[in-house]
Amino acid sequence: MDNHMLLELKDLEVVYQTDFENVYALNKVTLSLNAGETLGLVGETGAGKTTTALSILKLLPKNIGKITGGSIMFDGVDIVKATEGEMRKIRGNKISMIFQDPMTSLNPVIPVGEQIAESLELHNTQGRTAAEIEQRVDQMLELVGISPNRKTDFPHQFSGGMKQRVVIAIALACDPALLIADEPTTALDVTIQAQVLAMMGELKEKLNTSLILITHDLGIVAQICDKVAVMYAGEIIESGTMEDVFSRIENHPYTVGLFGSIPNLEVSTLRLAPINGLMPDPTDLPKGCKFHPRCPKCMDICKTESPRVYETGTHQIMCHLFTQEGNVIQ
Amino acid sequence: MNKTSTSQWYQVWVRFRKNKSAILGMVIFILLVIIALISPMIYDYNTDIVTQNLRNRLQPPTSEHPLGTDAFGRDVFARIAYGARVSLLIGFIVVGASLVIGGFIGAIAGYFGGILDNVLMRIMDVFLAIPQILLAIAVVAALGPGITNLIIALTISMIPAYARLLRSLILPLKDAEYVEAAKASGTNTWKIIFGHLLPNAMGPLIVNSTLAVGKTIVSAAGMSFLGLGISPPNPEWGAMLSEGKEYIRYAPNLVLYPGMAIMLAVLSLNLLGDGLNDALDPRLKQ
Repeated sequence: MDNHMLLELKDLEVVYQTDFENVYALNKVTLSLNAGETLGLVGETGAGKTTTALSILKLLPKNIGKITGGSIMFDGVDIVKATEGEMRKIRGNKISMIFQDPMTSLNPVIPVGEQIAESLELHNTQGRTAAEIEQRVDQMLELVGISPNRKTDFPHQFSGGMKQRVVIAIALACDPALLIADEPTTALDVTIQAQVLAMMGELKEKLNTSLILITHDLGIVAQICDKVAVMYAGEIIESGTMEDVFSRIENHPYTVGLFGSIPNLEVSTLRLAPINGLMPDPTDLPKGCKFHPRCPKCMDICKTESPRVYETGTHQIMCHLFTQEGNVIQ
Repeated sequence: MNKTSTSQWYQVWVRFRKNKSAILGMVIFILLVIIALISPMIYDYNTDIVTQNLRNRLQPPTSEHPLGTDAFGRDVFARIAYGARVSLLIGFIVVGASLVIGGFIGAIAGYFGGILDNVLMRIMDVFLAIPQILLAIAVVAALGPGITNLIIALTISMIPAYARLLRSLILPLKDAEYVEAAKASGTNTWKIIFGHLLPNAMGPLIVNSTLAVGKTIVSAAGMSFLGLGISPPNPEWGAMLSEGKEYIRYAPNLVLYPGMAIMLAVLSLNLLGDGLNDALDPRLKQ
């Protein structure tokens, strides 16, 4: 397997500027992903997960969302500097995105087969003929477990799980190198969720596609991801391989809180331990560590100084708890 | 395989045919179209429609002339049948052209928003501020009468309405997630507007256009009645009314029949449009 670096985000900063306020959506986000890897991007609502995904595709809301610093390198292309025309060739062809709600991400008045064919026609670099595109559409539908003779059906004739399969078929039609799935199973019920996830994992293996899975469900991450990055208030506060984070030897207090919020089947507890408080207002982020107002282990230094990154092997934690003793980088 | 692909239109048809008045409208309209299409096979334009035959003037209905003859001895039915060609042609060309031009302006204004939207819609507002028929009269007065100029005048007066309509249809659709999904798969802007958004706006457009054809037929007849549209001796319903009004006391059939033709055409199109409106929008059915 070819394991070269596919995507690298370095100190990425994104601001949403409105007439009234500046929303600091991403603050120095650094991420990397190799070909064929799966990265789980975890965090609460508003942590900046979707913003990260939209930045990679350069689809931030026009006039409002701005990349103010850092770089995004994808397969040798600098996304930040790429023109709209160059981006259009990348979108759907090399990077595909699956949106949260399959009910609304398919056009209701176009048959699903045509919707799959559309991105094939747009990115027809291999010079496929119309018949070959048809064939590829059939092949994609089969791949996601839908009978090809349903390609003339409209989205409303499919169930939610099947619609998400269609969406996945569209996303994978052009053999993208990177697939970004933004909470792909949130709108689905649990059994369908399991099916869709299993299928995505399988297809990813088969096609050697890298995957960024955006979710707030650590269970899903444990199921299919190789790497994990935990986001909080526009920062990546912890990252590492699945084992690094899930072995729970050393974790950021926020990650500990996330684990505490998951019901455990083996231990009897009356109440779950949620993380108290809410995400800080991104227009007015707290000084020092952004998590300190909610942190159960908050120290004096946390209120004044931003923590540095503590690193052991592949595991990185941005917290004063660890940097005081240990191996500090930067 | 085709059964499922046409099922959407099949459902529309099932709902449509339950509506008796809509079916009536459709039947009348189809009859008018058939009359318009076969009239040249029955009547010769030069000998039957425009050539005067003063010996035969103001005849009551007979088997030879089912609706009688006019002041110049021409067969009223033949002229109404030929008039249907003119009226329907004007109706469809005007609606088609203003749909394309106005629709394009409205679609890009709605989709892009901002300054482009403001500039385009303010220009449309200027046109909307002038009453439609007055605007058409002004255009014809400037260009001179004739069928082409009439079509141009009516098209110009109808463009702003379509620009408004399309803009209002595109606005709520452009933020749909499938638009974002289309952007994320590298679809260009034109394909998004005309390939993704327009098909979603089709229902209201079809209904509105059906009603607009009727409205245009009335406007065209009105213009001809005022002498600004089709000039004599060409047969046109409005022009026939205008010619007939002088003989209304001796031969009321000269104004009655063209008037009924206008009424039937507009009525049938309105019934058809209302039926389509109900059939295309299942929510109105309950």
